[in-house]
Amino acid sequence: MPPCARALTGENDGKEIQMSQRLIQARDVMQSLPHAQSLGMIVAEMAEGSATITMPYDPRLIGDPATGVLHGGAISALMDTASGAAVMCHPSAPAATATLDLRIDYMRPATPGQAITAHAICHHVTRTVAFVRVTATDADESRPVAMGTGTFTLERPLP
Amino acid sequence: MTRKPPEPVEVVKSRREAALARLVAGVPYIGFLGARFDRRGDELTAVLPFHPSLIGNPAIPALHGGATAAFLEVAAIIELAWSNLWQDMEEGRIDPSAETFPALPKTITFTVDYLRSGLPRDAYARATVTRSGRRFATVQVEAWQDNRAKPFAQATAHFLMPEV
Repeated sequence: MPPCARALTGENDGKEIQMSQRLIQARDVMQSLPHAQSLGMIVAEMAEGSATITMPYDPRLIGDPATGVLHGGAISALMDTASGAAVMCHPSAPAATATLDLRIDYMRPATPGQAITAHAICHHVTRTVAFVRVTATDADESRPVAMGTGTFTLERPLP
Repeated sequence: MTRKPPEPVEVVKSRREAALARLVAGVPYIGFLGARFDRRGDELTAVLPFHPSLIGNPAIPALHGGATAAFLEVAAIIELAWSNLWQDMEEGRIDPSAETFPALPKTITFTVDYLRSGLPRDAYARATVTRSGRRFATVQVEAWQDNRAKPFAQATAHFLMPEV
């Protein structure tokens, strides 16, 4: 079963299939990014304007060996990727996107040994800009590790 | 009264290089990214040699925004820790070979602006500690590639200082 199975369920009419293929394409694009691959990111779910991406715990990504806590940079990279993915699967079907800015608040250290999951929602788009909110959690989903707000460029497909 | 003779240059250099190496080696993630730090006196320049695994968009190709953010964050945190330990290091109160080393500051917020796409080549970053207090510190950092006057990303970060 594909990792984005949840996004693919639903009525099997023509419109649904078209949407699914777009999401599958967006997922494949995100999964093929070299830096996302080198960080071990896995696309868990992509739906209309939202994306969930998981990054397994990896000792190479540690920021503080005394505690084994992951470096903020690795979590930033995950949150940036999830945000970009959310933009790419927005119903407006952008051709491409790039980060304009991203602000991340780190609320607590991630628990060592646990995977980090970033869930991003592209909540608004204009002709040229997409606005995203993103949350990162470890196994304790009730207490986010980090939250972020970003703006992204939006490139429309050629007519 | 006779003035104390200046320290031999090799002694000064090896002390500073050892402290910097220890600081950088203390963050495994810096090794994962492949970043290193060049030093001129107390001025640090973070260097990120290009590697294909840093690519985000293979079509352009451009550096991954996350790799850029991580590079800026690493440059900011090392600059802050470095400027913080400088005095203790110069006065011989820090032993780079000791078991324990001063703890690193913790990132509270990190805001990055992307000014142009990162090209598939080496990147450099310099950070400035704009405010360093007992509990909080603020650092600005700028990254560039071919032209120093054309940064491709900049960031502001707030840090929680380790308790002394």
